[in-house]
Amino acid sequence: MNPEQIRQVVLDILARIAPDEDISELQDEVPFRDQMELDSMDFLDIVMELRKQYRIQIPEEDYEHLTTMSSTVTYLTPHLKDVESQAV
Amino acid sequence: MEAPLPDSQRIVFTGIGLTAPNGDNLAEFRGALLEGRSGVVDYETRYMGPVLAGVCNFDDLKYQKRKEVRRGTRAGSVAIYCANEALADSGLDWSGVPKDRVGVYIGITEHGNVETENEIYEISQFQYDTKVWSHHHNPRTVANNPAGEVTLNLGITGPHYTIGAACAAGNAGFIQAVQMLRLGECDLAIAGGVSESIHTFGIFASFQSQGALARHEDPTKASRPFDTNRNGIVVAEGGALCTVERLSDARARGATIYGEIVGYAINSDAKDFVLPSHERQTECMRLALSRAGLQPSDIDIVSTHATATEQGDIEEAAALREVFAGCPDVAINNAKSFIGHAMGAAGALELLGNLPSFHDGMAHATINLDDLDPACELGQLVINEPRRMGEVSCILNNSFGMLGINSVVIVKKYEEGGE
Repeated sequence: MNPEQIRQVVLDILARIAPDEDISELQDEVPFRDQMELDSMDFLDIVMELRKQYRIQIPEEDYEHLTTMSSTVTYLTPHLKDVESQAV
Repeated sequence: MEAPLPDSQRIVFTGIGLTAPNGDNLAEFRGALLEGRSGVVDYETRYMGPVLAGVCNFDDLKYQKRKEVRRGTRAGSVAIYCANEALADSGLDWSGVPKDRVGVYIGITEHGNVETENEIYEISQFQYDTKVWSHHHNPRTVANNPAGEVTLNLGITGPHYTIGAACAAGNAGFIQAVQMLRLGECDLAIAGGVSESIHTFGIFASFQSQGALARHEDPTKASRPFDTNRNGIVVAEGGALCTVERLSDARARGATIYGEIVGYAINSDAKDFVLPSHERQTECMRLALSRAGLQPSDIDIVSTHATATEQGDIEEAAALREVFAGCPDVAINNAKSFIGHAMGAAGALELLGNLPSFHDGMAHATINLDDLDPACELGQLVINEPRRMGEVSCILNNSFGMLGINSVVIVKKYEEGGE
């Protein structure tokens, strides 16, 4: 997957976790939590969804990389570069 | 005769919120009970294929956001819907209610099986890798979950917990409210029972293995308490919560009073894991009557627990014959024949479905009773059609459960100036 496809993966996960929120205007450089109501359990949902969908094991010490959309995509790119996009 | 209780020790229902398979508020539910409308439908459950169930259709987004529904449990959503409906019905100005003086007491038959089954299914899709076991599993399965979700939704900071009492739980929730209000532990109770049981395959499978899962080509005829051709339980979901207050508080604010809880009892068979005992049921009814200062002949309507199992119905009929032998005019009915067995909600739903009798003077029937089992012979049964009673003053509600738990609640019509 390329960074744009990875961004869409994260966006889809956020839409499931926060179904009441409009995330169409999400700013990639601003922390998720400054733009959305996300608590620690929601954050773990992001980690869990990536684990389930792509078998990515994100160690706890790397959670800090999942702060913004931009940093998340940067972190995930090497993990997902060889993975086919599931988008249809 | 004992001195009458002061108003501060008399406990009344002031608001009702419910969801049943045939109605999402008291008016709808009552209408269905008087019109003979069932809520039992064909239903698919994991691994078992088609079964029958009582399925609720309340709008879970009426009082919750999508995220809250996703985060919580079905039992939590049922409880939140019923609690909000009860508060709306109570006429209380919620913004002015001290939230630390509100107690939430919810009866449950079981809790957590739905979530555990879901997680086991989920990890089975990942070669049983426990790393995909949800971090939501623990908060969803702690036994206080349905009551706790109500406090989160409504900002209640007083006590909350569930009461595990098998299928006697709905009555147990009300009894807990009476006790806590009398003790001064809270000033307003939100109490009753809930059940999400139809979302676990295990309850269907276990009743099937026990030979106690109802089947019928017409789902609406599957739940047949006291009928010779009954063949078991129809599992249902549901919820019934009330605002419960001291009479002194209810009167001070001019509340609508649905009825006064004048007697209750809980006892144990100490005999068998599943088979009931009419001796202890008889004692339980008599204890509740005694505490209420009432005779059997004072009771106008008996709402039975009967679930359409072979032995359960026979035992309860035997207990009723003994207690109400000299009471030909009492109306004996059954709500499970309409909606199936709503487990933790059953006792509460069945009682509340009868409360409108105080005003409409009708006793709803037990339906699907085409061939009365001679072993369940009760001359006072209201069979298939509602009965016009005229004045109704007292309702006795039976609710029994596995491990031999029996519960009885007696509610009296409240009349201004009466005792």
